[in-house]
Amino acid sequence: MSAAEPLFEARGLACIRAGRLVFADLGFALYPGDALVLRGPNGSGKSSLLRLLAGLTPRAAGELRWQGKGVDPTSEAHRARLHFVGHVDGAKAVLTVRENLQAVAALLGGSADLDAALAAFHLVPFADIPVRWLSAGQKRRLALARLALVPRPLWLLDEPAVGLDRRNCARLAELVTGHRQAGGICVVATHGDIELGDAFVLTFPESAA
Amino acid sequence: MNAFLALVRRDLAIARRRLGETLLAGVFFVLALSLFPLGIGTSADLLARIGAGVIWVLALFAVMLTLDRLFQADHEDGSLELLLLSPQPLALLVLAKCLAHWLSTGLLLVLVSPLLALLMALPQTALWVLPLALLIGTPTLTLVGAIGAALLVGSRRGGTLVALLVLPLWIPVLIFGVGAVDGYLLGLGGRPQLLILAAMLLLALALAPLAIAAALRLAAE
Repeated sequence: MSAAEPLFEARGLACIRAGRLVFADLGFALYPGDALVLRGPNGSGKSSLLRLLAGLTPRAAGELRWQGKGVDPTSEAHRARLHFVGHVDGAKAVLTVRENLQAVAALLGGSADLDAALAAFHLVPFADIPVRWLSAGQKRRLALARLALVPRPLWLLDEPAVGLDRRNCARLAELVTGHRQAGGICVVATHGDIELGDAFVLTFPESAA
Repeated sequence: MNAFLALVRRDLAIARRRLGETLLAGVFFVLALSLFPLGIGTSADLLARIGAGVIWVLALFAVMLTLDRLFQADHEDGSLELLLLSPQPLALLVLAKCLAHWLSTGLLLVLVSPLLALLMALPQTALWVLPLALLIGTPTLTLVGAIGAALLVGSRRGGTLVALLVLPLWIPVLIFGVGAVDGYLLGLGGRPQLLILAAMLLLALALAPLAIAAALRLAAE
């Protein structure tokens, strides 16, 4: 991690939601293999930051840089380098696990590895079952399986371990470790339910509202 | 293009598995129309005179019934977020959703419309003019209606509001749709009206996806 340029850098980010300043002057610099853990009470802005980084929420101020060049988070080029897993699982209830992953693979583009995605969270036994028969934790595993489906350098995970049992938390931690060893970056909002090793921690203060 | 086809295929697979819900528009279309001969009597002259207009109005209502689920279902299960995160142009993906929507609703109306023409005692010519006019007009209904549906994603009471928002925008389609059919039935010819319907479709094809994409981005904030 001695490269001169950080891979992913944020400077002076600010976010305004519903007329309220959620955070301001937020910055970080991440090198290949780094992980950034977002901590803080509910409503302190962790999700807002992740959605901003994914280009879903507009930023009020600040800039983002990828490999030293400024990026527009709403651009298609930026979307092609990230995985965002938010609170909703994004699976169609009437389609099977496999069909859902196929649809996700087509949307995300690139070379998809369906078998790896099914194996990553041990989804093979219910690959051909409609998603509506799955439990909340199993749906969560399906949402996370897209991390293994298509390789992307930047992972943005919003409380990914909610609803996961201990074994699948370990699988997730393993997947993140492998991703970092391959030079990827991971930004995770979590309450400490997955083990991430040496990660930077960004603590959000109690919000004023 | 790969993502476009995959999305059409996905939405059609969902429509196939929710067949009851999908056929709702067509069933409503036939059922509501069959009330007219019962309500206003079986005078063939009267029915034939109002037939084209009534069928078109009911087609509008039938499409309206299906609109609020177009993006709302995706919003609720989170797959809308996936569309927004796809590196493909959002307008293209939105067009795929509209195509799938039309194939599972508008096309159905086109296919059953000759039956309705018989129910309303329309002359023989209507058996091909009516489906043709609907074939050109209903995709515009889907595209314009989808703008309203996208604007109201996430709002409660979206179903009723979408009617207020979209019905006024559909008036041109109604006017020229009925005009085309009546023109042929009265022996005046309806080619100009059909061409105007086609022009409206081309305009909607070019502009509506951009408007829908912008509205969906706004909804995701």
